[in-house]
Amino acid sequence: MLAADVALNQYLILSAFLFCTGVYGVLARRNGVLVLLSVELMLNAVNINLVAFSAFTRNISGQVFALFVITIAAAEVGVGLAIVLLIYRNLRSPDLDRVDQLKG
Amino acid sequence: MAGGAIGVVRSPNIVHAALFLIVVLVGAAAQYIVLLAEFVGITQFFIYIGAIAVLFLFGIMLTRAPMGSRTDFDNDQRWPAAIVAVFLAGVLVALVVDAFGNDKIRLDDQLLETSRTGPVGDSIFRNFVIPFEVVSMLLLAALVGAVVIARRD
Amino acid sequence: MLRNAWLIPLLPAISFVLILLVGKRLPRKGAEVGVGMVGASFALSCVALVQWIQRVDDHEGSGGGGHAVRGLAKALVPAQEAAEHGLPGVAAVTRSFTWWQNGGVKFDVGIQIDGLAVMMMFVVTFVSFMVHVYSTSYMEGDRRFTHFYALLSLFTASMLLLVVANNTLELLVGWELVGLCSFVLIGHWWEEKPNSDAAVKAFLTTRTGDVGFMIGIIIIFFAAGTFDINGINEYALSDGANHTLLVVGASCLLLGIIGKSGQFPLHTWLPDAMAGPTPVSALIHAATMVVAGVYFGARLFPVFYEGFSIDAGGINAMALIGGITIVIGAVLAFVQRDIKKVLAYSTISQIGYMVMALGVGAWVAAVFHLFTHAFFKALLFLGAGSVSHSGSHHSFDMKNDMGGLRKHMPITFWTFMIGSLALAGIFPLAGFWSKDEILATAGHADFEFFLVVGLLGAFMTAAYMTRCVYLTFFGEYRGHGQPHESPPAITVPLIALAGLSVVAGLINAAPLGIEKFTEWFEPGVAFPVLEHADFNYTLATVSVLTALIGIGIAAYLWFQEEELGAFKGLTQRNTLAHAGYAFLENKYYLDALYENVIVASIKGAIANVSYWVNQHVIDGIVNALGRGATTVGRATYDALDQRAVDGAYNGIAEATGDTGGLLRYVQSGRVQRYALTLFAAVGALSLALWLVY
Repeated sequence: MLAADVALNQYLILSAFLFCTGVYGVLARRNGVLVLLSVELMLNAVNINLVAFSAFTRNISGQVFALFVITIAAAEVGVGLAIVLLIYRNLRSPDLDRVDQLKG
Repeated sequence: MAGGAIGVVRSPNIVHAALFLIVVLVGAAAQYIVLLAEFVGITQFFIYIGAIAVLFLFGIMLTRAPMGSRTDFDNDQRWPAAIVAVFLAGVLVALVVDAFGNDKIRLDDQLLETSRTGPVGDSIFRNFVIPFEVVSMLLLAALVGAVVIARRD
Repeated sequence: MLRNAWLIPLLPAISFVLILLVGKRLPRKGAEVGVGMVGASFALSCVALVQWIQRVDDHEGSGGGGHAVRGLAKALVPAQEAAEHGLPGVAAVTRSFTWWQNGGVKFDVGIQIDGLAVMMMFVVTFVSFMVHVYSTSYMEGDRRFTHFYALLSLFTASMLLLVVANNTLELLVGWELVGLCSFVLIGHWWEEKPNSDAAVKAFLTTRTGDVGFMIGIIIIFFAAGTFDINGINEYALSDGANHTLLVVGASCLLLGIIGKSGQFPLHTWLPDAMAGPTPVSALIHAATMVVAGVYFGARLFPVFYEGFSIDAGGINAMALIGGITIVIGAVLAFVQRDIKKVLAYSTISQIGYMVMALGVGAWVAAVFHLFTHAFFKALLFLGAGSVSHSGSHHSFDMKNDMGGLRKHMPITFWTFMIGSLALAGIFPLAGFWSKDEILATAGHADFEFFLVVGLLGAFMTAAYMTRCVYLTFFGEYRGHGQPHESPPAITVPLIALAGLSVVAGLINAAPLGIEKFTEWFEPGVAFPVLEHADFNYTLATVSVLTALIGIGIAAYLWFQEEELGAFKGLTQRNTLAHAGYAFLENKYYLDALYENVIVASIKGAIANVSYWVNQHVIDGIVNALGRGATTVGRATYDALDQRAVDGAYNGIAEATGDTGGLLRYVQSGRVQRYALTLFAAVGALSLALWLVY
């Protein structure tokens, strides 16, 4: 027998915090791999939200979506690392600061 | 978990950052278990920690990132980034509190029954079978794409 | 088959898509798809034709009308032969579904198959099939061979769509598609500037007419309240029709016909359109594009009939345009050096006949002339193509690169000869019957003026075709290649077309008691009562004599100096003796005679005048407009542009430069800086939204 009430808020706030930390990482980090790490943080924040709402609304779809997000995150990391590798190979450095060919 | 997250974005050592990410991922998996989403939690564990984290470590090695302590991993917009992040966090938290201030998640046997792996599988292959197939194709495409992009020459 | 006639345009359309998609990978580069599909389409058209004829015969045999009653009417009122129209005729086969409906306006997509459509489908698919076959050899090795075939199929499909359409909007779709295809095909070799210029000219000129055409369709829609062709025709003939709207609408539609069918004064695009490959010219001139205008005139004939009060006789806009065009076109044909241009002007002139025939109420004659003209004009164009393909190294210049080809290319020569005689209206070839019918009706229905114009046209047609044939096939070879006969893919279509050019006229040979064309193809419902002129032996004799005199004079002028003897001297000449000398002299004489004909004779003067009009008046108007615009432009430039506008622009430019300098910092090319802005904006926006709610 299981019965417990948990505040929905605590998950959402945790998620918001993780997300914004991820945003900071994406904005402030120079190394491509670190930027990807931060993106993972943001994706996880979204997943926590999805699962929390799934439990809150008693709708299984949220969990399914979380699974999809995990799958897509795997794909994203694969492609992302490939891009970072390419940048590294072309510029001899993983620094994103130097990727500024779009400069106006 | 929150500390781990800070560690990911602030650690001066790139390998440490990756390890901090694993902390965060384990924490997230634990949250899923607590929320009775066992299948998602286990998947998180296997895929993120088993596969993605290792992939990152490979990436770090392949790009020959400096292993020791370095301070110049951050670019020159650290402070604007921090301001934006804090501002965004403030807005989000305020919104969340405003919208869901008093809502509670009720964890009971009924929820446990409906969130087991069986119902999740049912839902995927009954209601979400087309998105599932699309995601499979996407994974394949990403695989091919990664190979093409990273290929030497 | 009649109910499923939509298949006929569909097949070439499918062929177009197939060729585009897979054409390049096929062994014959897509030609086999085009030939096969259009061939199938042609077979279906034949089936439809036969079924329609059966339908008409059944109708008449069943006692509902036709022979028996017509015989009675003839007996009672001998002067009026067309009494059958008082009785319900064979209704068209229509089939349609509603495409959209809005506020009481219904727009159908459908087919309307009647005698005219069946006849037209037969002509279009037949000529197109011949052109497809012909092109396999003619266009061989072309760099855009596959594209050429794809567009040829689309061209055919569009024309067929125009033919089967049961409402004016659907017809307009086909009409514009035909224009588009002709634009692309004329500019097939667009790498050379004149070709792309010609294509643009053709497109823009016809577009000018199309503006009128569209306005006309809209006016007629508001008058009749429907786009349906049958509905429009019934409305035009009903007592409640608004005559003013019909006049305006018919005038606007006439503008469209003028543009599309190359009538005066919008005929100038047609000769330039010769820049396209020869098979395309044949298709444009014989079966698609230019006859689309005449077809439309025949399709909505009641509108023109009532709008221009054709039954009243006298002179009306339609007949006048046609009459002017006959003369203008024929006269210009004398001064061309390019064999295709001769034929182009001849087409203009012949289409003029058709429009004039419509204008004088000779519906059957107009359509009949369209029918026969398609065969011999396609024949002539393909013959000219054959000459350039195998005889003159892809040149069309009659004076420099041709001559004496009759020995080298016998099949081409004889078929071309048949085509020319048919065009000149010599008994008993196809052109004679149709042209004669036009003249007879014009004379019968109080349009004497146009009768004279028609005879003049017949005279000139015969003369310029003689000149053309002479320059191409007689005399000495003036080119530099090894002329030889064309391959079978070229000669077989020529022979087929020549055969039809001979016999096609016989289906409406009144003195032989055959009037099948009238019987089968004249609409029975929603059609004005027309009087059919009896065959007039005097007139027929006069017209043939006129043509013969034309040939005779021309032949005399060109042949006499070379001791060739008889008229139309097909006899061999003493080539060896004259070999070197005659070549030069021959050329000299031609120029001299050419000058004599042009300067000395009346028609030469007219030729110069009309050419002058072409060059000076029409061009002058354009130039004057251009010059006016330039003057205004310069004034504007000095007064306004230099001071006010430039000042403003310089100010703006400076401001832009400064702003750009500032913004340059923003566009750093660094993704993370963009992301920073993005997230900041997202945060600010969500805050704003939250506060607002």
